[in-house]
Amino acid sequence: MGNEMIETMDRDETMEREFDFEIVMGIEVHAELHTKSKIFCGCTTEFGGEQNTHVCPVCLGLPGVLPVLNRQVVNYAMKAGLALNCEIAEFSKFDRKNYFYPDLPKAYQISQYDLPIAKDGHIEIEAGGKKKRIGITRVHMEEDAGKLVHGGAANLAGAEYSLADYNRTGVPLIEIVSEPDIRSIEEAIAYLGQLKAILEYTEVSDCKMEQGSLRCDANVSLRPWGQKEFGVRAELKNMNSFKALQRALEYEIERQAEILREGGAVVQETRMWDEAKGMTISLRSKEEAHDYRYFPDPDLVPLVISREWVDKVRQTLPELPQARRVRLVQSYGLPEYDAGIIVGSKAMADYFDAACAAYAIAVPAGTEADSKGQERAKQISNYLMGELTRFLNASEKGFQDSPISPDNLVGLLRLLEEGTISTKIAKTVFEEMFATGKAAKTVVEEKGLVQISDEGAIAAVIRDILAANPAVVADYKAGKEKAMGFLVGQAMKATKGKANPGLVNKLLKEELAKM
Amino acid sequence: MKLYTKTAHELHDLLVRKEVSATDLVKAQAERMQALEPKIQAFVTPTVDKALEQAALVDAKIVAGEAIGPLEGVPMAIKDNMCTDGVRTTCSSKILENFVPPYDATVVTKLKEAGAIMMGKTNLDEFAMGSSTENSGFFTTRNPWDTERVPGGSSGGSAASVAAGQAVFSLGSDTGGSIRQPAAFCGVVGLKPTYGAVSRFGLIAFASSLDQIGPFTRDVRDCALVMNAIAGHDAKDSTSAPVDFPDYTSLLGKSIKGWRVGLPKEYFGDGIDPEVRAVIEKAVKTIESLGAEVAECSLPHTEYALPVYYLLAPAEASSNLARYDGVRYGYRSESADDLISMFKKTRAEGFGDEVKRRIMLGTYALSSGYYDAYYLKALKVRTLIKNDFDQAFEKFDCILSPTTPSVAFKFGDRTDNPLQMYLSDVFTLSVNLAGIPGLSINAGFANGMPVGLQIIGKAFDEARLLQIAHAYEEATGCHSRMPELGV
Repeated sequence: MGNEMIETMDRDETMEREFDFEIVMGIEVHAELHTKSKIFCGCTTEFGGEQNTHVCPVCLGLPGVLPVLNRQVVNYAMKAGLALNCEIAEFSKFDRKNYFYPDLPKAYQISQYDLPIAKDGHIEIEAGGKKKRIGITRVHMEEDAGKLVHGGAANLAGAEYSLADYNRTGVPLIEIVSEPDIRSIEEAIAYLGQLKAILEYTEVSDCKMEQGSLRCDANVSLRPWGQKEFGVRAELKNMNSFKALQRALEYEIERQAEILREGGAVVQETRMWDEAKGMTISLRSKEEAHDYRYFPDPDLVPLVISREWVDKVRQTLPELPQARRVRLVQSYGLPEYDAGIIVGSKAMADYFDAACAAYAIAVPAGTEADSKGQERAKQISNYLMGELTRFLNASEKGFQDSPISPDNLVGLLRLLEEGTISTKIAKTVFEEMFATGKAAKTVVEEKGLVQISDEGAIAAVIRDILAANPAVVADYKAGKEKAMGFLVGQAMKATKGKANPGLVNKLLKEELAKM
Repeated sequence: MKLYTKTAHELHDLLVRKEVSATDLVKAQAERMQALEPKIQAFVTPTVDKALEQAALVDAKIVAGEAIGPLEGVPMAIKDNMCTDGVRTTCSSKILENFVPPYDATVVTKLKEAGAIMMGKTNLDEFAMGSSTENSGFFTTRNPWDTERVPGGSSGGSAASVAAGQAVFSLGSDTGGSIRQPAAFCGVVGLKPTYGAVSRFGLIAFASSLDQIGPFTRDVRDCALVMNAIAGHDAKDSTSAPVDFPDYTSLLGKSIKGWRVGLPKEYFGDGIDPEVRAVIEKAVKTIESLGAEVAECSLPHTEYALPVYYLLAPAEASSNLARYDGVRYGYRSESADDLISMFKKTRAEGFGDEVKRRIMLGTYALSSGYYDAYYLKALKVRTLIKNDFDQAFEKFDCILSPTTPSVAFKFGDRTDNPLQMYLSDVFTLSVNLAGIPGLSINAGFANGMPVGLQIIGKAFDEARLLQIAHAYEEATGCHSRMPELGV
């Protein structure tokens, strides 16, 4: 989930039961595939670019042109399907979804209707401390539409004019439709997070929500506890971040609950999440629902996928988040919590594995690191979840572009382990490393931060301090333990924090004993 | 020397022998074109200037002693629903009146590469919907054999231009008979190739699963030569067949002795004009006399072809023509004041009646609640029709029928009754539904008007269809007769 903060509703099951209704949700996610060219032509899929520069007659749907399927799109869709534990269809086809809108050049979108490339899958999520399986109904391929730019207003309403930018037109998408298995906002967030992680791990999508390469719609309904039939649902569109998903669901669930509490009936409709207003707004009712007049696209031959092709794609599947989490717990003895956080972001997990390798504690899957190794792994995990995450968030960076490389982080940890620097010094060193990208050793040397472990030197400092503070020594002799802390502090201060704290303690006790 | 009476292969010989230059040919053709246009009106957009430039290039090659291909320097015409780079492509529709594509259809690219010279873009029924060219959004093309009669459609301009000697050959497109029916009405050779044999890239779609580009020529050898130039796999068209394509001239002149020829009883029932029937029966006897064995066969689902066609083709058309909405190119209504009325008025003002009729039919057939009953059912029956042919071709090498139930009808005769008009394609539709090749040649004349003989074969069997057609042509010579046009 990258650096995005996810606030989840803190509801356990008993609390949920206190809510008047059971929530039933299914989620549809559109993910832009990470291909270089569009789904039916050779135009670039690069984000941005001057309006209408990433276009050709084919993606513009000019008269006479024909679509030709990009094979890489099929590979990616298949890979996503396999990662989501779906069956890959031996025979699938493309259909036309007909509707009029200025951003849709052909006045139909090429999509997959009744025979999608993948179906009947599932993923595991964890929400409220419980594991749960969410069914994946289907994964299908389709082309994206263009974008309208409204002049003089943010929306169509009030716009003086509208321009059409077709750069996005024909960008390949997969739509992932879940079963209505989701029962809480926490589960919805966890589902989207897990799905995003899987798509990132498989590298089929860059999942940049802020660029619209991952978009989310949700079907939401409520029903009295114990009722089998689903309630009337509303489809929520246009949620482009975890926060928007959470806020939209909170709003929509409360909206529906209020209607039901007052004895009213929820209307089946499509609603749009308006981020600025913080509410969902009705787009169209069931009566106004589009009749898309789906039919098989006669310009594209059916897609026949051999089992060999499926196997070939299966072999490209990486270790997925779930498996990686299990490995981190088993191999490194990491707490479940740590492992969950780390694998939630592929970049973080990759960073972790790289650091383990640099620390010479990487072990093959199925084997366990020794206790020393486990200690080191936990140390890495602490830094990743603590300092590094904090620094990265503050500078709006991801683990993939961390100024501190896994090698350098391990360099810092080695200095700590060897006792060359103290934990306190380490913080200073870390800060400098993050700012400059330098190795820990270089920073320590340049700043003269090497820990003083010379007993003679420390003893000399201690003797000076004891001589300068007779009253405190007297307190200590009188049994005041706090006095010890003051003396240690003085010694550290005198050495600018470089003294080895263990040695300071040991030598202080020895000197005091002599007195 | 009346150059306009010559075939492409005859002109090629003249060019090679340097008896004429390509420029001579284009000039002669342009003169013929201009002299006849007031009478025939085959062309929407002439491209004579460009043609002369191209001819000069071909002549330079000949002068330099370079070898030229069989179609090099040969004047041709292209139906105006095939995109031509920099030359407006209108589909004879107001909605595309000013559309200038920035690309060539693959067939156009291939013919350019072969050195053929485009004289102009030819008239058609708007978006290739119609059987008389009376549905053109611009004007009506006339039949060179009798200018009171229709040239057929939708490729009426392409057929008439070849029949009148305004072009040596032309390309048409055939969705339900739009090459074969006008070929029959105008007395020329017209081939609808196997679906997938000729790339559809750049052909402005009417019904994508049925549309196929094919040639109009004066004789069968020319048809084979044009096929050699345009057939083949195209990476830009997913439905184009990745198979080996033959030399279509390779079987010309070979005997058809021992061929088994089927006459489907369903095609020889009531509804055929007696004169047409007589010509076809005589033609069958000629084929028999060439050594073929003729027997009756059956295509039991023939009666469903028309309803199936008029569900599937409009359904696809309703989707293919949805892009003409006034947003990006082509006609846009000026009286609209919001988005929806812009869509509606643009389409109401830009499309003609027949196009609107089919869009409405197709939209209805695809709408939810009716899809299963109409579109899906039609797809299933289409499979039965295809199976009929598969079974027939287990026993027969080819199937013969009249191309049309009557000779070319008079203007206005059928325009008031669309269903009556649709019946003129009743013998040709099934071939598109089955995706197989159909060839129409001039079988002879009835009351001075040409009668078409349709030869149907199994998929990718065009070379053999041309073989039997060539044998017939050699035996009768009726292809060489041209209409008297007084110029």
